[in-house]
Amino acid sequence: MTNSIREIPVSEAFFIIGSNTTENHPVIASMIKKAVIHGGKKLVVADPRKIEMARYADIFLQILPGTNIALLNGLMHVILREGLHDAAYVQTRCEGFEALEQTLQKYTPEYVAGICGLADPDQIVAAARLLAAAKPMALYYCMGITQFKSGVNGVKSVANLQMLLGNLGVAGGGVNPLRGQSNVQGACDMGGLPNVFPAYQPVTNPDARKKFEQAWGVPSLPETPGLTIVESLNAAIDGKVRALYIMGENPVLSDPNQHHVIEALKALDLLIVQDIVLTETAEYAHVVLPSYSFLEKEGTVSNTERRVQLMHRVVEPVGDDREDWWITQALANRLGAQWDYRGAEEIFDEMRGVTPSYAGMTWERLDRELLQWPCPTEGHPGTQFLHKDRFARGLGLLTPIDYTPPAEEVDPEYPMVLTTGRVLEHFHTGTMSRNSRILNEIVPGPYVEIGPNDARNIDVSDGEIVSVSTRRGSLRLKAFISDRPKANVVFIPFHFREAAANVLTIDALDPACKIPEFKVCACKVEKVYPREDVR
Amino acid sequence: MATIQIKLNGKTVECERGQTILDAAAAHGVRIPTLCYHSQISRTGACRVCAVRVNKTMYKTACTEPVAPGMDIVTVDPEILDMRRGILNFLLAEGDHNCLYCEANGACELQSLCFEHGIDVPPPSSAPRNLRVRDVSSSEGLRREENRCVLCGRCVKACEEIQLSRVWNFAGRGSHTHLTTGIRDLLGESECVQCGQCVQLCPTGALSFQTVLGRGQAWELTSRNSVCVYCGVGCQINFFTNREGQLVKAEGSIHGPNRGHLCVKGRFGFDFVQSPKRLKTPLIRKEGQLVEATWDEALDYAAGRLATIKAEHGPDAVMSFTSAKCTNEENYLLQKFMRGVIGTNNVDHCARL
Repeated sequence: MTNSIREIPVSEAFFIIGSNTTENHPVIASMIKKAVIHGGKKLVVADPRKIEMARYADIFLQILPGTNIALLNGLMHVILREGLHDAAYVQTRCEGFEALEQTLQKYTPEYVAGICGLADPDQIVAAARLLAAAKPMALYYCMGITQFKSGVNGVKSVANLQMLLGNLGVAGGGVNPLRGQSNVQGACDMGGLPNVFPAYQPVTNPDARKKFEQAWGVPSLPETPGLTIVESLNAAIDGKVRALYIMGENPVLSDPNQHHVIEALKALDLLIVQDIVLTETAEYAHVVLPSYSFLEKEGTVSNTERRVQLMHRVVEPVGDDREDWWITQALANRLGAQWDYRGAEEIFDEMRGVTPSYAGMTWERLDRELLQWPCPTEGHPGTQFLHKDRFARGLGLLTPIDYTPPAEEVDPEYPMVLTTGRVLEHFHTGTMSRNSRILNEIVPGPYVEIGPNDARNIDVSDGEIVSVSTRRGSLRLKAFISDRPKANVVFIPFHFREAAANVLTIDALDPACKIPEFKVCACKVEKVYPREDVR
Repeated sequence: MATIQIKLNGKTVECERGQTILDAAAAHGVRIPTLCYHSQISRTGACRVCAVRVNKTMYKTACTEPVAPGMDIVTVDPEILDMRRGILNFLLAEGDHNCLYCEANGACELQSLCFEHGIDVPPPSSAPRNLRVRDVSSSEGLRREENRCVLCGRCVKACEEIQLSRVWNFAGRGSHTHLTTGIRDLLGESECVQCGQCVQLCPTGALSFQTVLGRGQAWELTSRNSVCVYCGVGCQINFFTNREGQLVKAEGSIHGPNRGHLCVKGRFGFDFVQSPKRLKTPLIRKEGQLVEATWDEALDYAAGRLATIKAEHGPDAVMSFTSAKCTNEENYLLQKFMRGVIGTNNVDHCARL
């Protein structure tokens, strides 16, 4: 997030796009609900499903999956046509306006409504006016913007909108991606990515490499960016990747196109899985290393608003389990390193020495202060919101982006759209939530959410079994009929090993960041007649 | 904020205009007992426990009444204490307050107030004590023993002002006033999403967590603060363990970005930590089966194979997935391992998934 959670009361309006906030980030959702319901703040929601947030929205845009960019361009088209943008801000703080303006010309509300499946183009006009009139307006998004083969462009588009409206670099505004894992922000900040060292210092930069070579006492560091997860699985099938060391991930359930993932894991010469339980992935491992869960650990995690917080040991470890860092160190030392870390704090201290955005954070400060990066020195108070007065690159870059359709569009054979995601009570692959009694009691199993008309078309009633198929696979699921999905769209939560949604999803990737297109593919839904079960 | 002068228990003190009597007194180290008041919700003034004498002539509820210049406030004297005792006696008479079989025993604010005010003999019961709703199994996570309810309204406001699901409300009038969740009046059939905020704010045992009953009494629990493991909001949670070290309940910490609030996952999604499915020793695949091994065996095997594969196929034949569930330190160390020890940038995690 460019901005902070505690700024929610300051925002005059909220634009939530591609985030089922009440189920995936419930605590933030409650704060926004409070601002809207009790504070009279404005809310625009865009989503293929009539999610709970849509109930409180002044305007709800029920768009087809994969059409965010068209919608965003349509909103910007109206904003420019009616002169509602912050011209002074664009003039002084941004560049690239002319090119953007030109691209936006064809995105009339009528054209966009056709792409997005909106019956009333005036909705787009009304939303644009509402969002432009309220200042500051905060934009919140989640995987419903990013998990497309046009994911990077989706992010650039939301940034375009917020720059045009002058909502970046101000309290209560911002482009606010809601991060879906407790430390996904930190894992990125720490260089758990194939192209960057900690604090996003590129591995291709010789100065950065030199800095880390000196800090780590190694003669040279590799200069070519590595593989992303999905690329590495392809490389495993091709025999180029032979060994995979997985710390606390479960790709068999979390990655697209499950058959392909399993094929890749089976092709490996060595699969090391370090986890808390025997996950679906660990079942394919050559070595399984048991590690501490979050309540047995000490250490730091970074949340969605860049806030770094200390975790403490709450319960004693199980059996002969070890901390993840201990295991990594033990492997490193067997491979010739001479590491001697005795605790998380020692690692943290080394890390902040090479990570400028964390440099000013000490263990003692984290214990008593609210610190958000960048925090470059020990006297620095941390940063509540980014891009104040100037952007990291100087001027904010407005990027002309054209809408491109998803990798797989509906056709007569696969006439419906499948989208996937999480539910309130479960989390990701269920390693944690499905092993928590109460959560599993509330939502015990998988289902497919389908609209009443679509259900009627295939003669299915609530609770009956349907088969959902794509070009990659097929699943049998209970139909859950609800008025939430847009017509012709079905939703499957991906937490459940017994009906893994990622058997169905497509592994089309964004060309720049390699994010898979989990949020849209073509599918067909058919009723499964009981007789077939018997036979 | 303008400063004004008031008289607090005979002493002239300064306080801020707009402050409540409760806050002004607290700022000068004078504690006024409260029951319906809670810092995370708007003021109610329902229970009258915090009533103080203002300007010698009238009683005002300290949690709602703003200070005014020259106000003469008395927070405690025999008459005020008598009134508080009367209120507490009424509350006790109205419900079924038997600490012997109550989950809140030891953490009950009503119990503390009764103890503090020396109420030693339970008042004779004239009011119906067991007529209200007992709804202890319709909800997977929450229990409701409304005969222990003191109608403070904290749960109503927790749901209305913090969670915004607006499940709770009052129904009925006078002595028939009670909580309701709607027509069917069962939590499990309401719009409740089981965030548990009402339970966290309930001052008595009227609302409680299913996880607590029979697993340790309030004074046996120890609490330790950590950060939730689920989404990226980073809620701080106080986790409570019993004498056996078992996790019993989770409460939102006021110090985190969540400001005391939690969702159903943060509230109830912790018992996987102590699940029997947890791995307890390393495993190595032998003849197709994963079998138990010592750390030395497992690490020697893994490191040996890594070294061989690196030697035969180059460092880029090794890939690692770090974890968005692990700490910064663990992520830092794993990428350092891949880059500095193996010699490849093949490191990624589920940020895109």
